[in-house]
Amino acid sequence: MTTLTLVHLYPREMNIYGDTGNVLVLRKRLQWRGIEAMVVPINVGDELPADVDIVLGGGGQDAAQGDIGADFVRRAGTLRSMADDGVVMLTICGTYQMLGHEFLTKDGHRIGGTGVLDLVTRGSDHRLIGNNHVDTEWGRMVGFENHSGLTELGTGVRPLGTAAAGRGNNGTDRTEGAVRDNVFGTYLHGPVLAKSPEFADELLRRALARRGMSGDLESLDDRLAMAAAAVAVGRPR
Amino acid sequence: MDLLAIWLGKLTLVALRILGRRGTALPGLVVEKVFPRFLARKLSALSQGVVVITGTNGKTTTTKMVSTILAQQYRVLTNDTGGNFVRGTITAVVQRSDWRGRTPADVAVFELDEAHAVRFCQVYQPERLLLLNVLRDQLDRFGEIDMTAQLLAKVAARTTQHVVVNRDDPRLTALAAGLPAKVDYFGVAPQLREFFPTDEEMYGGTITLSELPAVAELLDLELGIATDLTLRIGEVTEAITLRAEGAHNAQNAAAAAALALTFGLGPAVIAEGLRKVEPAFGRGQSFEIEGRRVVLQLVKNPAGFRQSLRTVDGLRPAATVIAINDDYADGRDMSWLWDVEFTSALGSTISIPGSPRPVDAPAPPAKAGWLVTSGTRAADMAVRLHYDEIAVDLVQPDLAVAVREATFHVKPSDTVVVFSTYTAMWELHRVLERITAV
Repeated sequence: MTTLTLVHLYPREMNIYGDTGNVLVLRKRLQWRGIEAMVVPINVGDELPADVDIVLGGGGQDAAQGDIGADFVRRAGTLRSMADDGVVMLTICGTYQMLGHEFLTKDGHRIGGTGVLDLVTRGSDHRLIGNNHVDTEWGRMVGFENHSGLTELGTGVRPLGTAAAGRGNNGTDRTEGAVRDNVFGTYLHGPVLAKSPEFADELLRRALARRGMSGDLESLDDRLAMAAAAVAVGRPR
Repeated sequence: MDLLAIWLGKLTLVALRILGRRGTALPGLVVEKVFPRFLARKLSALSQGVVVITGTNGKTTTTKMVSTILAQQYRVLTNDTGGNFVRGTITAVVQRSDWRGRTPADVAVFELDEAHAVRFCQVYQPERLLLLNVLRDQLDRFGEIDMTAQLLAKVAARTTQHVVVNRDDPRLTALAAGLPAKVDYFGVAPQLREFFPTDEEMYGGTITLSELPAVAELLDLELGIATDLTLRIGEVTEAITLRAEGAHNAQNAAAAAALALTFGLGPAVIAEGLRKVEPAFGRGQSFEIEGRRVVLQLVKNPAGFRQSLRTVDGLRPAATVIAINDDYADGRDMSWLWDVEFTSALGSTISIPGSPRPVDAPAPPAKAGWLVTSGTRAADMAVRLHYDEIAVDLVQPDLAVAVREATFHVKPSDTVVVFSTYTAMWELHRVLERITAV
């Protein structure tokens, strides 16, 4: 039986808005199709396993981001070569910001990032909070945004989609998230994959294709998820 | 002038009642706008001052416990109708006052949510403060738990006489240093600490034991329909049976006892008060519908939901309803449902219709019984359970229909448990009061 390796980055610190649910969604969607998933939690100081198929990371408290920042940056070279090698990554909020070049705090401090994604983030005084849905090439994704960092995309990435309801990356250019190769970043909590099964399967197909396996996945009954997404779109921001 | 304020508030209450509305906010809001100094003047006249109770979980039950204990000795004014914003405290004063403007009370006991506790302290500096816990909750409102802790630090700094702190919550003990008021602690015995995880511990951190001395300590605990506990109050050990069920209520009892000690009450009086406390709104209340017992459990955040789910083991429900709304008072963001683990509490592994992977062995019955999700986000809740491989029997957003279906799906003498978020709980009360008498 095939086993995919899922790395969960800093589960203790970067878990504040239920993003751990993305790990569960991918693991179950693999298991329901007879594919095993091994989830490897990576905390400060831990070594990354050799063959990684998918990397997942969520949002955390600002203070925790400081604690793990140095550890994250230490892995910058490894993460960049994994991205070049086509490893699938889904990063949310705080982890998404740290995949960029840098984070400039509102009082002028520069926190280095890993440079996996061509983007920079600046701290701001107010938080962008509310329901959001985003039009992407994998359909409409729904979730909840809650961040004060404003992210500007460079030319090396394209946006994940267009913020249809919320504020997105920075509240001005209507972009939301970023994509480069198989690396995805977004501000959508929810967790985003729970109500975006099509996108969840896209991530799995890419990970399997990289292993040289057919991209065909048995279809699952996602009517509940689609119903929940439709309700979410109808809710006020 | 206070007489005018009271009349204004009371007339607003009367008007609301004529309109058939429940009002804890509006009368207070009206009085606050017209007479901004009314609250401070009224509270300054209380001989025993003001107690503020705040934290993420347990505010309402603990407020009820403290009020019941103090009521044995004093005339107590409290906002026990669930209005835990500043205007709720004003409404409480108005309700307590008579039409001649007199407010017969010696002490006020107010539960306030974290942000409103800060606002309250700008109006009136409380004599006593009880800090329960800081857990993740409604992050769409406060942003982060570290920010919530900062709010509580401001409240503690404004308290004049006594601050009582949960020694088992490091975010709270950190802010106890250097306060103008005297600090006391309550806590749970080391062997019980695993029942009361801090936020970090809930997400895989190791349990840290506090060495701070507690004036009231939960020593032992047995869960069932009622909660039997052993509590050390000062130097005396008391056995107490609480009417409200759940481990969290036992911890709240330790908190209430510690606070009551600052009034100089004796351990026996405190224990006697705790034994009298009725369950608060939606915290283990039960209704009867044609012989079936319907038990309500309010759920607001991951820690509280996990605690409440444990009651399923004691109650053995034949049906369970989970009602999730997403209004401001419930929390707008549904992410929190993913911080709760449902498999061990509710289910056995059951194959999900349409799922291509059948289980080999016949599935044992789910602990939750016949399972219904309801409320605005009924579908979100069903998706969450789907990923914990717990089969949902009915997704019914309409709460009245969902509760009726669940109740009449089970036999008379069976139990139905309803887990519900805040606004759904109000709706549920209206529904249940229509069908039955409390």
